[in-house]
Amino acid sequence: MTTSANRFVLDPTNERRASTMERVGRPTSLKGLTVGLLDISKARGDVFIDRLEERLSEMGADVKRYKKPTFTKPAPVDLRHEISINCQVVIEALAD
Amino acid sequence: MNRPTLPDGLVIVVKRECETCRMIVSVIEQLINGSLPVTVYVQDDPTFPESLAPIHDADLSVSWHHDIETVPTVLRIENGVEVARTVGWVRDEWERVTEQSDLGPSLSAFRPGCGSLSVDPDLVDELRVRFGSSTLTSRRVDVADAEDEFEAMFDRGWTDGLPVVPPTEQRVMRMLTGTTRQPTDVVAIVPPDLVEITVEKVAINAVMAGCKPEYLPWVIAALEAVCNDTFNIHGVLATTMPVGPVIVCNGPGTRAIGMNSGMNVFGQGNRANLTIGRAVQLIIRNIGGGRPGEVDRATHGNPGKLSFCFAEDELGTPWTTLSESRGISCTTDAVTVFPGEGPRCVVDQLARDPESLTNTFAACLRTLHNPKSVLAFDAIVVMGPEHARVYADAGWDRDRVLSEIHARLQIPGSELIRGANGIAEGVPTHLSGVTLPKFRPGGLLLVHAGGGAGLFSAIIGGWANGDIGSQPVTREVRA
Repeated sequence: MTTSANRFVLDPTNERRASTMERVGRPTSLKGLTVGLLDISKARGDVFIDRLEERLSEMGADVKRYKKPTFTKPAPVDLRHEISINCQVVIEALAD
Repeated sequence: MNRPTLPDGLVIVVKRECETCRMIVSVIEQLINGSLPVTVYVQDDPTFPESLAPIHDADLSVSWHHDIETVPTVLRIENGVEVARTVGWVRDEWERVTEQSDLGPSLSAFRPGCGSLSVDPDLVDELRVRFGSSTLTSRRVDVADAEDEFEAMFDRGWTDGLPVVPPTEQRVMRMLTGTTRQPTDVVAIVPPDLVEITVEKVAINAVMAGCKPEYLPWVIAALEAVCNDTFNIHGVLATTMPVGPVIVCNGPGTRAIGMNSGMNVFGQGNRANLTIGRAVQLIIRNIGGGRPGEVDRATHGNPGKLSFCFAEDELGTPWTTLSESRGISCTTDAVTVFPGEGPRCVVDQLARDPESLTNTFAACLRTLHNPKSVLAFDAIVVMGPEHARVYADAGWDRDRVLSEIHARLQIPGSELIRGANGIAEGVPTHLSGVTLPKFRPGGLLLVHAGGGAGLFSAIIGGWANGDIGSQPVTREVRA
């Protein structure tokens, strides 16, 4: 906690570097992959996701649907875990 | 720095500048001939008193650590522990502390002392850092000599768009005198990054916001109130709607710290109102990591997201206060937080009876967010004193005012369904035969505030209410 500078201030931040996690590589094809579609529970998000499911299925992807309890709060940790073990790709749909 | 121990016997702290200290030199000479050893510490002139071989408390360490606020102070120490003390010159007290009689027979019985150098306003901030800052654990961020310190705060992304006060050790230590809590105490877990915040980090951001130390307990209480799943500051921050935490302050402390509850209550000009709310928002930014354009996705936002904090006019209200209505005694300081947009004005300059005025409130509240929106949003009605007088004259209490407003906002579903009145927005068509209330039970909060002239009130619209969004939260303010 020492400094050699003549002037210093106290750090007002949480002093955490932004944690970065390595993303998996982008797949060249969705054929045979499990794609999670996460509905955040906003109005008409399902309309968008229904169409995505249609298109992804045509491309040969296995689609699984997920839904957050409310769009105002982060996805519960259990839901995030479930998606991460069941899917290779996830698409989160936001409608506004 | 460790607290210096004092030698057994009598310890007397003096300064030459003090006339009372000069007057009692003869008393100290009497004491030296007594049975207890005498040690004299002098704060200013190392040669005073010349005859008594004083120890110079050059860095004021002895005075600081032993809480010397007045000189002369005489203490009796036994086995390293203080067992008696008195300040100034009061013969009876000196005789009690020193266990000797006939002290200063030629002196008057009483003369007040002077302020200790260790509490001199010009020195105290520096001393607090010298003897206390080792307790601070935050990272020290160097500011180059040639760097403009205010620009440096902007460059590091620590501000809300306005300049902040650079959080130096001296300022942060001074801020921490505003609370009895330890700097290491954890106050809350701050969204969106869900990071624990200590009292020290609250103090740093409160300095930056421009707070005085006496505001710090209010900042801490407001932070506790917003950082939980009930208020859900994560959602309030992240939403595309134009809301932020609105902080309504109650209790005698609002007057003690000089908050505004009257003229221009939401406006500029009052330090406590503006900086308490600002500190909370700086903490969401700097500790929680919540920044506009990142997790904050507001379509428009509102200027109150810089700070929206005010006090209720408790002395002028005809009713119980907001915090009383939420279960807190009127003698207790409290904050109530509400996810609110900017205030809008309710004008009614002709109503002199409560029914007519209530019709105006109901009509204005009906339009909140959308005239066809029901049950989804709460609101605060901030009643101006001239409107409140209409109700007070008619004998309507808080509950009556709110229930009469609610009664006028029971809306036929046929007016609310999608497509009705040429507006696509609305409730599902199967609700056309149902009467729906604009507000859920308890969804209207009533506060008395504003200037004494003007037949106006204000409405502060809310955000998604209940378990799916945010509930108002009330917390006591603790020193």
